[in-house]
Amino acid sequence: MAEIDTSLPIHAHSEVRHHFDTADQQFESSTLGMWVFLLTEIMFFGGMFGSYTVYRNLYPDAFASTSHFMNVTLGGINTAVLICSSLTMVLAVHAAQLGSKRKLILFLVLTLLLGCVFLAIKYVEYHEKWVDHHIPGPGFHYADSRYAHQAQILFFLYFAMTGMHALHMIVGAGLITTLIVMASRNRFTEHWFTPVEMIGLYWHFVDIVWIFLFPLLYLIGHTK
Amino acid sequence: MNHPIVPVRTYIAVWAALIALTITTVAVSKLELGEFNFVAAMTIAVIKGSLVVWFFMNVRRSSSLTRLFVGAGFFWMAILIVFVLSDYLSRGWVPASVWWK
Amino acid sequence: MSTTFEPPRVEERPNYLNVDYGWKSWLFTTDHKRIALLYLFSITAFFVIGGSFAVGMRLNLLRPEGLFEADTYNKLFTMHGIIMVFFFLVPSIPAVLGNFLIPIMIGARDLAFPRINLLSWYIYVVGGIFAVLAAFEGGVDTGWTFYAPFSTTYSNTHVILTAMGVFVAGFSSILTGLNFIVTIHKMRAPGMTWGRLPLFVWSHYATAIIQVLGTPVIAITLVLLALERLLHAGIFDPNVGGDPILFQHLFWFYSHPAVYIMILPGMGVISELIPCFSRKVIFGYNFIAFSSVAIAVIGFLVWGHHLFVAGQSMYASTVFSLLSFLVAVPSAIKVFNWTATMYRGSISYETPMLYAFGFIGLFTIGGLTGLVLATMALDVHLTDTYFVIAHFHYVMVGGMVMAYLGGIHFWFPKISGRMYPEGWAKFAALVVFVGFNLTFFPQFLLGYLGMPRRYHAYAPEFQILNVMSSAGASILGVGYLLPMIYLAWAWRKGPKAPQNPWGAKGLEWEQSPTPPPTYNFETPPVVTEPAYNYAEEAHVG
Repeated sequence: MAEIDTSLPIHAHSEVRHHFDTADQQFESSTLGMWVFLLTEIMFFGGMFGSYTVYRNLYPDAFASTSHFMNVTLGGINTAVLICSSLTMVLAVHAAQLGSKRKLILFLVLTLLLGCVFLAIKYVEYHEKWVDHHIPGPGFHYADSRYAHQAQILFFLYFAMTGMHALHMIVGAGLITTLIVMASRNRFTEHWFTPVEMIGLYWHFVDIVWIFLFPLLYLIGHTK
Repeated sequence: MNHPIVPVRTYIAVWAALIALTITTVAVSKLELGEFNFVAAMTIAVIKGSLVVWFFMNVRRSSSLTRLFVGAGFFWMAILIVFVLSDYLSRGWVPASVWWK
Repeated sequence: MSTTFEPPRVEERPNYLNVDYGWKSWLFTTDHKRIALLYLFSITAFFVIGGSFAVGMRLNLLRPEGLFEADTYNKLFTMHGIIMVFFFLVPSIPAVLGNFLIPIMIGARDLAFPRINLLSWYIYVVGGIFAVLAAFEGGVDTGWTFYAPFSTTYSNTHVILTAMGVFVAGFSSILTGLNFIVTIHKMRAPGMTWGRLPLFVWSHYATAIIQVLGTPVIAITLVLLALERLLHAGIFDPNVGGDPILFQHLFWFYSHPAVYIMILPGMGVISELIPCFSRKVIFGYNFIAFSSVAIAVIGFLVWGHHLFVAGQSMYASTVFSLLSFLVAVPSAIKVFNWTATMYRGSISYETPMLYAFGFIGLFTIGGLTGLVLATMALDVHLTDTYFVIAHFHYVMVGGMVMAYLGGIHFWFPKISGRMYPEGWAKFAALVVFVGFNLTFFPQFLLGYLGMPRRYHAYAPEFQILNVMSSAGASILGVGYLLPMIYLAWAWRKGPKAPQNPWGAKGLEWEQSPTPPPTYNFETPPVVTEPAYNYAEEAHVG
């Protein structure tokens, strides 16, 4: 058993915290903890994916009708933007592994920028929907009166799913900003950069949610 | 913390595959394939997601415990969707007059 | 001119209670033991609040025409359910006993994420404040199940505020579960293999799995509920093509496993009490451990039994019914194993063991009546009657709350360093048992006879049984009040507890001082023997 000298001051960023025995144990715990948290996120989004599946099944014609209003171009660009941001995120971790502070900050900033591009494009899309009166609520209006009610339900789910995703991206952007600040203050070394990896996992997960949202909301039903 | 460092070219290759698959899925969606559109889109999405999980999230080099948790998460979401859907798909199989006799 | 002789002041050994004083040392602590006590305090407060609503209900039900107006009664049973389920039952044993004991039982200095542990308490308190605020503003009348479209479209009460309170409390539950999973995987002392873990830990591991996988679904359900209430898009509104049954599916996907979140920790407590007070190794350790995980997994596959008469398809209902029978099997296995443990054991009747006996009997009755309800043909008649209410109170109150009280008494010496008064405790346990049965057994009869639940008034022929039930409730209330009084007294004035008053096995009794120091152990423990190694003790007589 490792001897823990509890009389030493604990530096949160480079030493092992008092309840852990080794740095490896601490790192493995952080990793497992982040994965368990991502499990909860899978189930959180799963409820909406389930609702979407039910209504797509119940109202295929209404679904086909509404799918014409999904902007495949913007959605496709956004998919590519997120994939690029996943690459820059993983390169940021790589830079941290090599102890390269400059590259770490560079790639974190790029990731953050790409995230902001995503959110900006999302704003454009939402604005389009607002102009079309497709935002659920008192102002909702759907041209094809056969599907008016069902379309509102489907748009509700569209906004719920993409909105929740965007919320997670905003939180992610905040977390990456924190990482940039920490990195510029020399908090990370090649021996310890756990927050970078953990937030990286979170960012990739948000990317994966979009990887599924894009075809389900934008691509299927588009050919009718 | 002592895991070997993945070379950058691996990441670039995965990124390229993801972009290519994105282009593919958009292209396929423009074809008239009926129900197969859904199958194709989902298959491609699963492949893309798996690439991100396996390479970017480093599950390739993670312990079997991590892999178990990852698998469990997707399995549980599948339980939710499949069981709920089974209700909707089987409604009307037995007319109410027969059931509530 | 006093010749009184002052005995020399013996310095108390430093422990987690006296290491620091002042409100900051409690509200900013990261010590899992102190956080457990913070939870104990707030959970008790919510128990009292939830119980007050029940008092209102049982007063109303003394007379067939009721006492309050229907709308008021609706709010009473709704708030009773919400507070008791989300703010008492779900956190109780895990947040109090689990938080306190799990690190010690596995030989660790703390949980894996101590600051997240503190955060989860704050989140829980915030959620509770939302709910209590809503209660002060007039409460909610949808039932704790929040069924749409009443909750989304027609109710005029503070649905969103209450739903957000539950949402927030759900995060507390998720973080606790996350902490337990990582702790149990990564922080076990040398020699503490999975096969040597106390079954209390196994049951909390299973509970944590449910917390982590199930709670997010009710989180999103409540978000959709709130959005629908604001926007009226129609996702659950049949008038515009929405499906209210979808809400029920999403709601019960969590809320059924939630009942296993509530009961599994209780079963974990019983698994600790029975071997100790039978002086015998537990029978079928592997079966009990496996059953805990089996309950957690199968428990996710049965939620449709709440939708039998809602409009769910017959085929789905059949599958859910069969799976509901299946989930009873691991619970039964546990009851058999506890009984087999007691067989030829050297049984003593201290208060914790009395609660354990009560648990086994009452949980069995509750569980068997669950099988009755899982039978579709019977459920058609019994659903939404008092039979259902009696069923879940038998498992939750007769089961879970008794296990909670048993655990509180068993570990009270460890937690406080003092002994509680055994005579009063035994008396209170008896009062609880009598009061409980008098309250809830008549409700089985009422349900069978057809009295519906959630009604403020009822047919006159049901009055006698209702009066019995209300009388029982007043006795039960006394039974719950007594421990609050004597435990509070004993905390300050009780005799100092010896290191191991029960002669129990387990790291918390054998290697951690009573009460424990901040880091739980004087020297890091090494585990060399299996759990519940009571056979080593010499048999007397």
